[in-house]
Amino acid sequence: MTYRIQGETGSWEVVIGLEVHAQVISASKLFSGASTTFGAEPNTQVSLVDAALPGMLPVINGVCVEQAVRTGLALRAKINHRSIFARKNYFYADLPQGYQISQYEQPIVGEGKLVLDMPDGSSRTVGIERLHLEQDAGKSMHDQHPTRSLIDLNRAGVALMEIVSRPDMREPEEAGAYLRKLRSILRYIGTCDGNMEEGSMRCDVNVSVRPEGETELRTRCEVKNVNSVRFVMQAIEAEASRQVQVWESGAEVKQETRLFDPSKGETRSMRSKEHAHDYRYFPDPDLLPLEFDEDFVDRVRQSLPELPDDKKERFITDYGLTPYDASVLVVDRESADYFEAVAQGRDGKTAANWVINNLFGALAKAGHSVADSPVSAAALGKLLDLMASDVINGRIAKDVFDVMIGTGGDPEAIVEERGLRQVTDTGAIEAAIDAVIAANPGKADEVRGGKEKLLGWFVGQVMKATGGKANPGLVNDILKSRLLGG
Amino acid sequence: MALDKTTVANIAFLARLDVPQDQQEALAGELSGILTWIEQLGEVDTQDVAPMTCVADLALAWREDVITDGGYPARVLANAPEQLDGCYVVPKVVE
Amino acid sequence: MESTSSLPADLTDLTLVQARSGLEQGTFSPTELVQAHLDRLEKADALNAFITKTPDLALAQAERAEKRLRDRTHGPLEGIPLGIKDLFCTEGVETTAASRILKGFIPPYESTVTDKLFQAGAVMLGKTNLDEFAMGSSNKTSAAGPCLNPWRRAGDDEALVPGGSSGGSASAVSARLVLGATGTDTGGSIRQPAAFCGIVGLKPTYGRCSRWGIVAFASSLDQAGPMTRTVHDAAVMLRAMAGHDPRDSTSAPVEVPNYEAALTGDIRGLRVGLPREYRPDGLDPEMAALWDKGAQMLRDAGAEVVEVSLPHTRYALATYYIVAPAEASSNLARYDGVRYGLRVEGASLDEMYCKTRAAGFGSEVRRRILIGTYALSAGYYDAYYLKAQRVRARIADDFRQAFRDVDVLLTPTTPTAAFGLNETIDDPITMYLNDVFTVPTSLAGLPGLSIPVGLSSKGLPIGLQLIGRHFDEETVLNAGLVLERAAAFTHRPAFLTDTGEA
Ligand SMILES: [Mg+2]
Ligand SMILES: [Zn+2]
Repeated sequence: MTYRIQGETGSWEVVIGLEVHAQVISASKLFSGASTTFGAEPNTQVSLVDAALPGMLPVINGVCVEQAVRTGLALRAKINHRSIFARKNYFYADLPQGYQISQYEQPIVGEGKLVLDMPDGSSRTVGIERLHLEQDAGKSMHDQHPTRSLIDLNRAGVALMEIVSRPDMREPEEAGAYLRKLRSILRYIGTCDGNMEEGSMRCDVNVSVRPEGETELRTRCEVKNVNSVRFVMQAIEAEASRQVQVWESGAEVKQETRLFDPSKGETRSMRSKEHAHDYRYFPDPDLLPLEFDEDFVDRVRQSLPELPDDKKERFITDYGLTPYDASVLVVDRESADYFEAVAQGRDGKTAANWVINNLFGALAKAGHSVADSPVSAAALGKLLDLMASDVINGRIAKDVFDVMIGTGGDPEAIVEERGLRQVTDTGAIEAAIDAVIAANPGKADEVRGGKEKLLGWFVGQVMKATGGKANPGLVNDILKSRLLGG
Repeated sequence: MALDKTTVANIAFLARLDVPQDQQEALAGELSGILTWIEQLGEVDTQDVAPMTCVADLALAWREDVITDGGYPARVLANAPEQLDGCYVVPKVVE
Repeated sequence: MESTSSLPADLTDLTLVQARSGLEQGTFSPTELVQAHLDRLEKADALNAFITKTPDLALAQAERAEKRLRDRTHGPLEGIPLGIKDLFCTEGVETTAASRILKGFIPPYESTVTDKLFQAGAVMLGKTNLDEFAMGSSNKTSAAGPCLNPWRRAGDDEALVPGGSSGGSASAVSARLVLGATGTDTGGSIRQPAAFCGIVGLKPTYGRCSRWGIVAFASSLDQAGPMTRTVHDAAVMLRAMAGHDPRDSTSAPVEVPNYEAALTGDIRGLRVGLPREYRPDGLDPEMAALWDKGAQMLRDAGAEVVEVSLPHTRYALATYYIVAPAEASSNLARYDGVRYGLRVEGASLDEMYCKTRAAGFGSEVRRRILIGTYALSAGYYDAYYLKAQRVRARIADDFRQAFRDVDVLLTPTTPTAAFGLNETIDDPITMYLNDVFTVPTSLAGLPGLSIPVGLSSKGLPIGLQLIGRHFDEETVLNAGLVLERAAAFTHRPAFLTDTGEA
């Protein structure tokens, strides 16, 4: 179903592009040797270069270059062997140099693409316009003093990758899927921790609307710094509705920077950005062009892990999973690895079911991640083996699994300790069945008279009588022959 | 290129330089003079000439990713006109 | 000055190289040498060559030099008193760039070049005057007041400018307040004041000396270099200043040659080019004559002198006055009243910025910031900045072509000799013309050396410039030595006579 906003004049389409700032994982900053660790005392992770003292000069961190190339490769993007650092000039309290070193005309990474995995199992491709390296700014704190703002430069100079999408998205859900997928890839390849709450991944949303059928793009607004996937989707809805109202009132949407207020569910114009901006980009004369050869790119390529899209394809082919299940399992490396350990030598679909439906649910409830799951992949595998070899049935397996989640125990031991082995002794089952029939002669007659639906009730009673341990297949067969004479 | 007062005022704000109203006219004239003189560059044929940004015929050297700097807030703040709680201080910014 | 001790002659009249051997031989001590210069410095306030004097530091450094000389652990400049342009950040010593906006700024770090000089044993007598942020050719834009040229026209007492922006360094070296000084050159700021003050000034190849810790004016042009009284002194000083610095991405990872060893005085077979575009119609006949004389000196020493063409020379100044202000407008954005230097309070952040910067920068700096901001602004970037960088590429290419045929170029350093402090030059373009012969070299990043070769009819020094290939300071210095010997420039500035010097 396509997403549309129904206005008074008709149906409107929403056009969305995202700019994501992803903090590069590196020990030191992009152009200085100061640390990048989060949460230190103010101005302790600041070098003279970061504080822009007179005469200080930038020197590039090779690992940040490598991380950008790694990300570019993961986005199937064009890697530019020669790129240029430019200065973006503007004044702000947390921008010590009076300019940000960024990349403008020639970024390190060019066009690429990102495949979205939609909840209905379908895939959509969003174009990546570019990825460039730039410095982060410091932090301004406006609420510590009645008349002053405080400036901490710890973050100033930390490397960011700005990843710009094409305006290819048409609904808030796609924007959400884009962010989740991008985060998944960045985490896979270890170039960004993807933590939106701590600000290591920040999102600016470009939104415009147009009447359904119109092909030209209309004026867009940029909603700055939205810091969760949910807020991004809410911000798009709010901003798109606002724009529809503006157009329908006969006015024009004017290009501006806006802020999303999640408590009010609305966007508002940013006062500090009122002045027309003229960033006066020019190549930074303190730096030379950034250059590397194909050998370097190859080395980075060889160090890449299997990426989520490839893994997904393989899971579909090798384990017979549905695209949806596969996409859920490959969201992060830990889940995918866990699944593969469980599925190895077993039925892939059953493994996927157990991991997705039982394990993920239980972990979420207990506040655990796959990495610190109390049930190891080996233990879960053993549990599946017990089922496959008819030592326990599916119902009992769920009980055993609950015990495993609570105590972390070995499934075999749990089955033995608690005497949960499946009853496959035909004599014992026949005895239990005869007892149930004897206790319910009326119902037995009804079955014999053709009300076969009641058979299920008898199965339940027999299972109950055997403490759930009877082999349900055997119970069914014997019941049928007893009551229907088959 | 003749600059007017408004343009001068705009550039001055971009550069965060107060230029008193009564000086804008004179400054506009002066800057226009310089820019007009600079326009002689238009005579030079620069088709197919790449702009020169650095004279050094060098490759950009990469640093190793190790922490070699920082950890001296007192040095960083030593010359600050105003500081509080280890931070620089500016007039309150209203967002 | 009457000699009150048994020390040889006047220690301030020695060259750097002579002082070096005197110290090594123990003829006099670093403290005696430094004290002699400090004494002169005390009497030279009228020149205003120094913004900050550091006599205590100098004497402490002299004491350390004594010990190192005694222990034979001394460096190549051990105990040599120098002036340091107040554009080099010096740890614990106020560094102002001659601007109100940096008043009171005490760097918590040492620039690479001064650090190397101190490692080599040099002694700093103080921070020398300059045009504000090195923007100027007269030293008149200094917030510390103008520095004066120790020279006077014959029979005329009018105060003259020392040139700029390294005017304080040039004046101090010329007046024998120091044995050498550091300068920085963006469009001629070492060579032009050297020529005005009758001393030797060398702008090395861009990338030869680290820019780390030097207050930036125009990053793609700025280069530090030595200012001395002889070519040999410049060679010694350059070797101590130069070298690759991993903290400056534009610093070249190339070996520093032994420049002294290159000073053979033998230039037989050297091909010297005279660029015909440096002889415009209005060129001062005295300047033209001196240039011819210089060419003859080189010819007499066995060089082959030929005419060459640098066709885009006439566009160099206009190119420079876009590129340098554009870079400066960005480099000077950091002076915002937040982390160091002057702050003028305002009701809002922007008001604080605008007031601070208006009060902190002088008119020439403001003018260049505005020009540079305009040249980079939307809609004008292509027409001004990009166009200038393209013309710059052509200018650099002119030199590349010329250096296929010749090894070194000889030109005048400046169009005129020093001008009067009160000769008001209202028109900035006329003022910019001072750099017409030095700017092309800067744009191309080539080494340029100015040597005093003669006196004008009014008795003022005039200099010639030698320009070399990238990183070929050796040829430039060696040709300079030949010129220096042939010219035998022994004239002394009036200031020395006025203060009782012989
Ligand atoms: Mg952006
Ligand atoms: Zn950005």
